[in-house]
Amino acid sequence: MNDQRFVYVTYIAATPTQVWKALIDGQLTRQYWKHTNESDWKPGSKWKHVTADGKDTVKLVGSVVEVVPNKRLVLTWAEVADASDPSRHSRVAFDIEPVGAMVRLTITHDELTAELAKKISAGWPRVLSSLKSLLETGRALDTWA
Amino acid sequence: MKDVDLVFKALADPSRRELLDRLAARNGQTLSELCKGIDMARQSISEHLALLEAANLLSVQWQGREKLHYLNPVPIHELYERWIRKFEEQRLAALYDFKTQLERKRK
Repeated sequence: MNDQRFVYVTYIAATPTQVWKALIDGQLTRQYWKHTNESDWKPGSKWKHVTADGKDTVKLVGSVVEVVPNKRLVLTWAEVADASDPSRHSRVAFDIEPVGAMVRLTITHDELTAELAKKISAGWPRVLSSLKSLLETGRALDTWA
Repeated sequence: MKDVDLVFKALADPSRRELLDRLAARNGQTLSELCKGIDMARQSISEHLALLEAANLLSVQWQGREKLHYLNPVPIHELYERWIRKFEEQRLAALYDFKTQLERKRK
């Protein structure tokens, strides 16, 4: 059953445009995520999550489901080995909402099997803390070393 | 109050920590589900949940008419980055394992 869901929230002192750019711009994602997310970011297009260690290893693949610039991005999410097995695809929604002078970034990762839920659940808090640090201080966290 | 103060305050209460543990065991529960098997009035659980939400330790999503509560570990991760990781995590982990082993032997 793909009924597991995680919801992660962080408040970032930045603009929605900055947060949006940080999700899709490889120059930024490589700093806080050590990967780049590559796509033309149009609904129906493919996207891939690629290591930024110079080897360009593709780690995750999926499709772009929904794109509302500076507001909402929805992707399907699969390990490369599971690319052709939809029963092992999950879904990630990024929601960006202005709250006062800050931005509330919510990541909802759902349609997960219990096994996949265990794998992903440790990763998102690291990514979000590092993203927040990069946008607020100009420095990502050295959390991947 | 600063964000980090809200987090420490929210975590300083055993009932709130129990609610977080229950969400860690099963994420996305309603208030009624969280009230089951816990010796606390619905009203106080509801207040604890509001405090946890204010500290961003849980987030709420509506599914139809159901309000579901999800554990949000991001602020705890930030405490970890700030207070633990840079203080020599490896040695702390070794010390913790040593303590756990000794305590197990005593039982």
